[in-house]
Amino acid sequence: MQGKNIFATRWGIIGVGAVIGILAPVLQKLGNPGNMGICVACFERDIAGAVGLHRAGVVQFVRPEIIGFVLGSMIAAYLFKEFRPRVGSAPIVRFVLGAFAMIGALVFLGCPWRAVLRLSGGDGNAILGLLGLTFGIWIGTLFLKKGYNLGRTQVTHATVGWMLPLLMAGLFVLMLVFPQIEGEAQSGVLFYSLKGPGAMHAPLFLSLIVGLGIGFLAQRSRFCTMGAIRDVVLFGQTHLLSGFISLAVAAFLTNLALSQFKAGFVGQPVAHTMHIWNFAGMALAGLAFALAGGCPGRQLFLSGEGDGDAAVFVLGMIVGAGFAHNFGLASSPKGVGPHGIAAVVVGLLFCLFIGFTMRGKKA
Amino acid sequence: MAATVDARGLSCPQPVIMTLDEIKQGKEKEMIVFVDTDTSKENVIRAAESQGCQITDVTPEGEGYRIALTKG
Repeated sequence: MQGKNIFATRWGIIGVGAVIGILAPVLQKLGNPGNMGICVACFERDIAGAVGLHRAGVVQFVRPEIIGFVLGSMIAAYLFKEFRPRVGSAPIVRFVLGAFAMIGALVFLGCPWRAVLRLSGGDGNAILGLLGLTFGIWIGTLFLKKGYNLGRTQVTHATVGWMLPLLMAGLFVLMLVFPQIEGEAQSGVLFYSLKGPGAMHAPLFLSLIVGLGIGFLAQRSRFCTMGAIRDVVLFGQTHLLSGFISLAVAAFLTNLALSQFKAGFVGQPVAHTMHIWNFAGMALAGLAFALAGGCPGRQLFLSGEGDGDAAVFVLGMIVGAGFAHNFGLASSPKGVGPHGIAAVVVGLLFCLFIGFTMRGKKA
Repeated sequence: MAATVDARGLSCPQPVIMTLDEIKQGKEKEMIVFVDTDTSKENVIRAAESQGCQITDVTPEGEGYRIALTKG
């Protein structure tokens, strides 16, 4: 048996949450968009735009943080002999859950990570998002109590576990081969934003290093923002929640220190004030994350330790981002997209269908 | 005879749900839980200890771990 994993203790997860909470606002200071030092959903959406899966000009950039999350987790998993290639737990369902999770997150304009970063930057709309997130996760726990599960994985070849890390490494190589050119919206095969959030980013290698560090720490600590809320609702367990709260507090203090805190509902960066749809978008995302067993960050970290199903969820999110912008489902600071409301309804119906029909010991 | 919970291949939070169900509803005082990831191992131990159980043994087995516990 290996020694005790200190990152998995109460103080371990609080420490990891605090580190993320400090680094995210710092990344914002160094160039990332407002209250978006780190946003897994937004950054995957930017990657989708960079490779042309959607052509929303303001959100196109290969985000090195996402690449770092996966590769940092993989490094930790190999170092601590936790790399376990596995796959086969309803991957197609996870793909569609990933797509709808992304659509819900883009109606709110952020994943759970960004929801707390928005709150810690003073954006009151995040409260609606976090309430919606909790509501969606609560629905998910009702299904879990009734025996909902996606079935068992199987042990597989290491190659399967390398797929997402290799894809991420490939994206980074593309970035080096086709670097951003000042004033150009395209460089080789990659698209770059000239304005908007996609044009705002911290220095490339710094973003990558922070991503690698967070990926490493999150793999060790099992940091998960969905699990934080789920475990309280389901088991009354506050272990993961203490990490999530630590992130929020550290980010709030860092925002104060960096003069990035601005309280209010109107005029917040990359946010809208349609309360019902902030709530409902995150409810959809929360339910989809709960049914898939992890927040978008956690899915990246699991992918890094060899979980091929989590990797499929990630790809579902990236493809979902393509649909979200091509179909006019994603919100903008002006409000929800033309078909955003319909997409939330369809997404919720889909999640309920999955929750009601995937039960018992079919595994 | 110890009760057995086989949570191998199941993702979070199934191993914890299955363990807690057995702790609350099972008749046996001794339990063996099989898991296949370190995360599940930590989660099952944390949940069992929160229910007052004693972890008596944790050994690597196959692709994962065998956790032996006694109900409190």
